[in-house]
Amino acid sequence: MKIIVVGNGMVGYKFCEKLVSKTTYKKENFEVTVFGEEIRPAYDRVHLSEYFLNQDARSLELADQNWYAENGIDLRLGELIKKIDIHNKTVESHKSEIYTFDKLIIATGSYPFVPVIDGVDKKGIFVYRTIEDLDQMISFSEKIKAKGKNKAVVIGGGLLGLEAAKAVKDLGLETHIVEFAPVLMARQLDARGGDILKSKIEDLGIVVHTSKNTKCFAGEQDVEKMHFTDGSELDVDMVVISAGIKARDEVASAAGLELGPRGGVLVDEKMQTSHPDIYAIGEVANFLGFTYGLVAPGYEMAEVVVAQLYGENKSMLESPDMSTKLKLLGVDVASFGDAIDIHHEHTPIIFENRHEKIYKRVNISADGTKLMGGILVGDAAEYNMLLQIYKNGMPLPKNPEDLILGSRNGDGGHNDVSALPDTAVICSCENVNKGKICCVITDDGLDTYKAISKQTKAGTGCGGCKPMVQNILESELKKMGRVVKNTICEHFQYTRAELYDIVKIKGITDYDEALNTIGMGHGCESCKPVLASIFASLFMETANKQPAIQDSNDRFLANIQRNGTYSVVPRIPGGEITPEKLIVIGEVAKEYNLYTKITGGQRIDLFGAQLNDLPAIWEKLIIAGFESGHAYGKALRTVKSCVGSTWCRFGMNDSVSLAVKIENRYKGLRAPHKLKGGVSGCIRECAEARGKDFGIIAVEGGLNLYVCGNGGADPKHAILLASGLDEETCIKYLDRFLMFYIQTAGPLIRTAPWLEKMEGGIEYLKSVVVDDTLGIGAELESQMEKLVSDYACEWKEAIENDSIRKRYKHFVNSEDRDENIVFVPLREMKMPEPWK
Amino acid sequence: MQNVLDNYESVMEEQVTYWYPCGYVDDFPENAGACVKYKHAQIAVFYFARMGKWYACQNLCPHKVEMVLSRGMIGDATGIAKVACPMHKHNFSLEDGACLTAELPAIATYPVRVENQQVFVGFNF
Repeated sequence: MKIIVVGNGMVGYKFCEKLVSKTTYKKENFEVTVFGEEIRPAYDRVHLSEYFLNQDARSLELADQNWYAENGIDLRLGELIKKIDIHNKTVESHKSEIYTFDKLIIATGSYPFVPVIDGVDKKGIFVYRTIEDLDQMISFSEKIKAKGKNKAVVIGGGLLGLEAAKAVKDLGLETHIVEFAPVLMARQLDARGGDILKSKIEDLGIVVHTSKNTKCFAGEQDVEKMHFTDGSELDVDMVVISAGIKARDEVASAAGLELGPRGGVLVDEKMQTSHPDIYAIGEVANFLGFTYGLVAPGYEMAEVVVAQLYGENKSMLESPDMSTKLKLLGVDVASFGDAIDIHHEHTPIIFENRHEKIYKRVNISADGTKLMGGILVGDAAEYNMLLQIYKNGMPLPKNPEDLILGSRNGDGGHNDVSALPDTAVICSCENVNKGKICCVITDDGLDTYKAISKQTKAGTGCGGCKPMVQNILESELKKMGRVVKNTICEHFQYTRAELYDIVKIKGITDYDEALNTIGMGHGCESCKPVLASIFASLFMETANKQPAIQDSNDRFLANIQRNGTYSVVPRIPGGEITPEKLIVIGEVAKEYNLYTKITGGQRIDLFGAQLNDLPAIWEKLIIAGFESGHAYGKALRTVKSCVGSTWCRFGMNDSVSLAVKIENRYKGLRAPHKLKGGVSGCIRECAEARGKDFGIIAVEGGLNLYVCGNGGADPKHAILLASGLDEETCIKYLDRFLMFYIQTAGPLIRTAPWLEKMEGGIEYLKSVVVDDTLGIGAELESQMEKLVSDYACEWKEAIENDSIRKRYKHFVNSEDRDENIVFVPLREMKMPEPWK
Repeated sequence: MQNVLDNYESVMEEQVTYWYPCGYVDDFPENAGACVKYKHAQIAVFYFARMGKWYACQNLCPHKVEMVLSRGMIGDATGIAKVACPMHKHNFSLEDGACLTAELPAIATYPVRVENQQVFVGFNF
């Protein structure tokens, strides 16, 4: 069968992908030729604005050119089809070459709609659709910036207009949005939702002009000014028109195919045009009187056509799904079903929070039984679940307002994926339903999001369904009896919190005893450090007592680095250090030829120490008054501070003294994961205390205590636990907080994810730590007090004990050093030889 | 670097031509590893005190080719004695050297014998 596809956009590509991914696809059965007008293979237009960030067109490609060849598809880029002959079933390219077809797929997409306005042909006025458009915008913007100009206007406040506005803003231009309607995204949002969106966008420094009708553009050659019908005007240096799309139906029309009254090639539910061998899909198709500018309906159309070609029976749903969730200019916006309810047939429930700029609306059927549609602005976390309830006609919770407010009695019933039917479409981009996802989990044994996504393609489009796929995965695994609880490993069938309690109650004091009484087998690298951490938290024993169960770094009291050498980090509490101590660090580094670097935690890291040199290095440091910095342990690292009121003219508090005090209080404290703290002397927050597991910020009237923040891969700001505290109360709360974390968190779970998983969240944590509702406050404090008073520097222990020092020989049978360690020069210092 | 890896090849008990006495039981940590030097080879020796068993393997982790395995934590996976590399926690069986967590080349293993508190590792070179 000879197939010709006219157009290589997102939908044209999707057709090819669906065609060849059928298990019965054979190259010899199909002769597929694809014509693309652009010089690039199909790319992701939805994420076009990302091009401004990296200008890497290839990263947007949906498939590279080889993919087409490998699948037997002849992709002809830069070739425009200018004529279709429906009687002889041929197409003619702009090179006047004629190609015959058995089936023709028209996927020519759309043009940006350019309204007829005086002066619209002036220089500096662009449309926003292709990478070429973007390239032109980029070079023009550079030109005007060089002249000291930077004012850009985007005409159109719809979905595409806002995307274009993001692009313009990323170019570093002063950005204005001009919208004809009184509301942004008038097709998806009601007036109040649009208003919240407007105010969020204005927070970004973008000026939004609504109810503005452009009369003309003025300027000599370049556009300089816009005049509006209300008599107002606006100076501009560049204009981007993104006021809608217009189906590219002219070739189809000239061929005699029937068009819809407002454009677009008319198709039936099989996507057949007025000629049975010609199909139209995507933005060019007019189905049920409309054209569709979203990818999801376009993809569905592609699938319907592929089904026809394989002789299967599949047709379009009666009303294509126009539901959408997007991040526009960083703002979550979602709309589904009958979102605006123009005819006032439903009962709306509206939540509006002008303070946080969140708007949520759900429309309930008049009889109160079904969800008909809704709008989410500023927070679209509930979108997936609402969409499923809407699409599957699922029953509503007893109080339908719970849909957007969350259940306030803690059962959270409607947010449960297990309630969804198998037919529920989870990924609308790829049309993957829940049944299919469950099937690959239960039958194929897939147990990671990545594997499921690879197999089913769910989540490979916009990615919005990822959280839902993950929830389904967890729920299915649970049903299969897997991961019922997060047990440590095969040797201990308990969670860390359970193990902590058991070890404490049974009075177990060493690892072998734990294995013999409550575990099985011979242990592993997962359970050994967990037990080591629990023993440390219960008895403040250092890593020297049971060295074999310590994580390898704790066993040697140092961090192993890339070439098997170690780093040395002495404690510098609060980041305060005397010149004498600085000199000692310098001298040690010089003597052992170590690479030195200031760490993020306000201390100094010495790299490249060989195992055999560690005791001697530490001996020198300890004589000078240093202690272990526990940089190798899941333990308190540093308490960072700003310089505070002793020197700073803004300081409200002596933050360094407080940081030193707190760091010394908790030094050596082992925990489920590393712990970092910070103290800032005023609200300017120079110590970045809110990026730490615990942070103290001095304000007028006392200390504010924040908890559960972190930097790293998933940065989280710490959340206010209590405010206006005196120092004593602050430390009391910190004791309770840290001890509660140590007792209840899972292994390698930092405070932020621990809090995230905590039922009741920060309010519950406040009730435990501040209000002492569990009545354990005093116990937590006294446990912490014991740990504080039993602290000993484990490096001091190590250098004073010959049998511990023996651990640091590279060979048990020789005094030789490891001859395999190779360093190469790095600026004035050195680094390990790079890995091959 | 590749040639460093080539220096290590598993030795079966019946192939041993020399039992090298590398120290006494007391020289080795219990339930952990230590490194032994034999000619130019670095051999990791592990004493599983709980089982009363000894294992030896190359000290070189094949992943990033670093001499570190003797410093790894030991234990078992479904009964198979193993070591976890301290660099990236890749697990290797100490029974046959196979990597249990990734598609990495197997490590070389060597037989260990203990007589009168003296520890011997078997070599054929």
